Amino acid sequence: MPLAPLLRREGLAKLSGREQYVDDLDIPGALHGITVRSTSARGTIRNIRFDPEIDWSSFVIVDHRDVPGLNTVKLIETDQPALAATEVRHIHEPVVLLAHPSRRALRKAVRAITIEVDPLPSVLDFTVRPTPEQIQHGSDNIYKQITITKGDARSILADAPIIVEGVYRTGAQEHVYLEPQGMIAEEVDGVIIIRGSMQCPYYVHTAVCHALGREADQVRIIQTPTGGAFGGKEEFPSGVAIHAALLALKAGRPVRLVYDRTEDLAATTKRHPSWTRHRTAVASDGQLLAQEITFLLDGGAYMTLSPVVLSRGMIHAAGPYHCEHISIDGRAVLSNTVPFGAFRGFGAPQSLFAVERHMDRIALRLGLDPVTVRQRNLLADGQTTATGQVVADGVDRQGLLNRALSLSDYAAKRETHRQFNIDTPDRRRGIGLTTFFHGAGFTGSGEVYLDSKVAVAGLPDGTIEVRTASTEMGQGTTTIFTQLASDRLGLPPEAVAIAQPDTAVVPNSGPTVASRTAMIVGRLVQEACDDLRRQLSLDATDRGNDVAEAIRAWHRTHPNGLLLGQGHYRPPPGIEWDEGTYRGEAYGAYGWAAYVAEVEVDLRTYGTTVLDFVAVQDVGTVLNTTLARGQVQGGVAQGIGWTLMEECQWEDGAMTNNQLTNYIIPTSSDIPPIRVAFQETPYPHGAEGAKGLGELPMDGPAPAIANAIAAATGAEAAVLPLTPERLMADLDR
Amino acid sequence: MQLLINGALHDVDVSAEMPLLWVLRDVLGMTGTKFGCGMSLCGACTVHLDGRPIRSCTTPVSAATGKAITTIEGLDAEGDHPVQRAWQELNVPQCGYCQSGQLMSAAALLETTPHPTDADIDAAMEGNICRCGTYVRIRKAIKRAADIKAGGGR
Amino acid sequence: MSVLRPTTIDEAVAVLSAQPEAIPIAGGTDLMVHWPHRLELHEKTFVDLSRLTALRGLRWQDGDLVMGALTTYWDVLLDEQIGRRFPLLHRAARQVGAVQIQTRGTWAGNVGNGSPAADGVAVLMAYDAMVELTSVRGVDVVPLRDFYTGYKISHRTPDQLITAIRLPGIPYRTQIFEKVGARKAQAISKIGVAMVEAPGGWVVVANSMAPTIRRCRAVEAVLNSGHPISSPEALHDTILQDVHPIDDLRSTGEYRVRVMARLLYHDLREHIAAFS
Repeated sequence: MPLAPLLRREGLAKLSGREQYVDDLDIPGALHGITVRSTSARGTIRNIRFDPEIDWSSFVIVDHRDVPGLNTVKLIETDQPALAATEVRHIHEPVVLLAHPSRRALRKAVRAITIEVDPLPSVLDFTVRPTPEQIQHGSDNIYKQITITKGDARSILADAPIIVEGVYRTGAQEHVYLEPQGMIAEEVDGVIIIRGSMQCPYYVHTAVCHALGREADQVRIIQTPTGGAFGGKEEFPSGVAIHAALLALKAGRPVRLVYDRTEDLAATTKRHPSWTRHRTAVASDGQLLAQEITFLLDGGAYMTLSPVVLSRGMIHAAGPYHCEHISIDGRAVLSNTVPFGAFRGFGAPQSLFAVERHMDRIALRLGLDPVTVRQRNLLADGQTTATGQVVADGVDRQGLLNRALSLSDYAAKRETHRQFNIDTPDRRRGIGLTTFFHGAGFTGSGEVYLDSKVAVAGLPDGTIEVRTASTEMGQGTTTIFTQLASDRLGLPPEAVAIAQPDTAVVPNSGPTVASRTAMIVGRLVQEACDDLRRQLSLDATDRGNDVAEAIRAWHRTHPNGLLLGQGHYRPPPGIEWDEGTYRGEAYGAYGWAAYVAEVEVDLRTYGTTVLDFVAVQDVGTVLNTTLARGQVQGGVAQGIGWTLMEECQWEDGAMTNNQLTNYIIPTSSDIPPIRVAFQETPYPHGAEGAKGLGELPMDGPAPAIANAIAAATGAEAAVLPLTPERLMADLDR
Repeated sequence: MQLLINGALHDVDVSAEMPLLWVLRDVLGMTGTKFGCGMSLCGACTVHLDGRPIRSCTTPVSAATGKAITTIEGLDAEGDHPVQRAWQELNVPQCGYCQSGQLMSAAALLETTPHPTDADIDAAMEGNICRCGTYVRIRKAIKRAADIKAGGGR
Repeated sequence: MSVLRPTTIDEAVAVLSAQPEAIPIAGGTDLMVHWPHRLELHEKTFVDLSRLTALRGLRWQDGDLVMGALTTYWDVLLDEQIGRRFPLLHRAARQVGAVQIQTRGTWAGNVGNGSPAADGVAVLMAYDAMVELTSVRGVDVVPLRDFYTGYKISHRTPDQLITAIRLPGIPYRTQIFEKVGARKAQAISKIGVAMVEAPGGWVVVANSMAPTIRRCRAVEAVLNSGHPISSPEALHDTILQDVHPIDDLRSTGEYRVRVMARLLYHDLREHIAAFS
């Protein structure tokens, strides 16, 4: 039975100006905070000079000596200081914090502080091997190296008659969530309370406890409505929260630390730039015989999440194809740029762009249609992925491709484009496709380590409250959880409240990342509902009023009692993963997709217009069609930006185009109709059969559009973004 | 300085060059209008000045005196303006941060163009960036709002 | 900082005469950008023109179009007669920023600001606009084509106020304005080219191609000569006689020259027999 449709629960608040994002909160007596940052790419801090023209006594000033706990933003590693102490590793690295009642005074003050640095040799190109003077991490600046081996690709390639090679590069991408980073911190009765824009309250909680040297119950993190995140508010907010807390502690007053747009663009994490080389042995009919892949990621100045971004990128690097012999070698390496971090897709968009562009190269080399090459190689049930995972989910992958072809009118378009390109001197049209996949949830044993927990509270009035740490950032958590709980217990949606994530109230259901919320946490919401029912001695046929009445009755007999149903993650059976060899079930479930883009290239300006876009996917059961379509359309829009226009310009490791004038993201006029279709093969271990969805749509646009541009113009289209300038140079080669 | 906002007069003691956005948010506590970039590039701060959409982050408050200012809070007290109804019906918002601005631009469009074409919609809306990518749905919602309006929903 | 708010042109020019360092402000769409961070501007004196009712509105006079200095892009977009007589004004106005800018930004502000990327100035110059400058010393009228002398430097002296822009009522044949930005809308021009065929011959104006917006006399001469142009590349040398674009955050000099050539070649191929 499909879930009853439900409108976005917080919709009206968001449409009437009533939704209160962090900077909308009125906190009496709060000071404003600001961050003073390094202006050097790498070096030793010699001195911090405060211009005597300013009366510094009116400012709260914090530096590394004010960090009571460990001076680190704890994540995978503890390499990133909360505030630089002796050395800096990138421009815009936080060094000093200021607070003051006046923002204007702060802006003046920032200019009056000079961080004097004795420079050290910096690394600005991640593809070049570092010299000894440039080593800053381990013995080689490599954050993480991973090898995936299936069969013996080297031997096959040594004897192969046809080898297709290609090198593919992608650039950094800024999240440009419309709401900048922001946190408000204050200490109340010995507890540090931090409110702000974030994806992962418990990540922030852990990091703040470490840096402040506090016990878990002395730190409380509350997520405020979050104006977009896309991965940019996965790990980065931990540092902002620490900073706000340090200022608030020193000031003895609440402090509001909200970034300006230019600061946000310059100083926050971005999508990892990548470099990928493919060497592929193919049969003349297009069958993949061996894939040898090298995958490099620029990690930036600190590790952040680079090892796991690398991991996900590599697991997707061979594409959704069957090949007996695969060798993937990958490294995430240090550079003295702003740290790169989580961004929707998490490494997969980079590696999938490379393999999917490469598949079209293979087709071109063999004189085959790109469709044929994919049809010949798409994974079938019973075959194995690069990590040796047997695919057996019953998804009709050939059917997905066929549906995308028919919805986009692919074959006929190829013909009309051929004629159009003959008849039109200054325009070229083309159509391109991609088939791809995206693993849902944490990689390998990650979900077991997360050990997610969910609670559903029965309240005295007979309603329930769903308590999870899973955040609403626009993707629809609140609405989906309402649907699931309402359906499970037969209660009307109005009787289901979703608790605002607050570490003092909600259990840790894990981070809101990795397309795991609906599939994994949603399932736990259902289980917590079942547990609630068990505690009330009800059986599964008891629904609606029976449940509400039982909850009320329980409270009558347990005054002031806490009635909590609990859900606790247990891995599905048969999941085996070896972190050492990278063999096994990399993900419990994969979303599968076929996307088609139709483009027109203006040969006067080398500008590309996406005329039409078709996105067909199997993400299991779709819980809320409207929200799901919105996720796909949004991912495609971000993908169009990454593919065609979004480019960070760098100087000395710092982004120089850190204003929305010059870092360009799509407006409505750049977005074609995006036609979305779902094939629904239920995943037995996801909520109501759902798999992950949020990241998948970020993977497809780049290869589909690049393949279409190549079809239209004959360009290599191997480097993103395909700006007009880059396409001009490409077509000149 | 006196400002007419959503039909009510407000006396504010601010310097003449202060951008209207900060007068609304910091001085008057009307936080429905959002800061997105402060550089006239995202549209999150869109309000109406005598019915025309403007960007409050780059409009000095002195230019708004003697004119009728309308913000998202004043579009309709109950959230019942045709654009708000259409937006809700079609589940337009995702993160919601840009939507005050989107709604203000759309409402202004429907005042001058009751039955907008796709081209009209693009022209009116391209100054409002949405990173969640709700553009496709916004186009649809504006047409729906036009129908609601034509049907007597103001 | 201080804001002065004259209500008549006489008051305004008296203020500028007494305080030549004061900055006139109309829509504020350029001056107010990133305002909280532009601390150096906060110390200045501004002359808010919004109360100068005499500068509002546009009118037709002896067949010429006279736009008061407070005329916004939006005012022009609402005027159908302008759309027929000077269609490039509509084309450019539609592409300046977005609607929220078009409702505030003024043509005179665009001229006064002197940005080499100003879309509005390119089309005004193509239509051979005259700039009316008023001061306590009297009224000067300067052809826009001669207005700029360097990057953000013009013939306007600090005590002068732009009070009107006048476009001669000449019939034009071909009228094309191309704006190339990093996306379809709301982008600063990488290249802009206005091309009009006036009774006296071709007028070509380029923006974002040099420190100032300028007439491309060498290109005009080639077009007027009627000599065949074999390819876009054949125009490169001519273009480089007129402009010398740079590499910057938005594009490269090479791209700018090549694309300007391609726009001229492809857009005009139907209009110039010699091309085909």
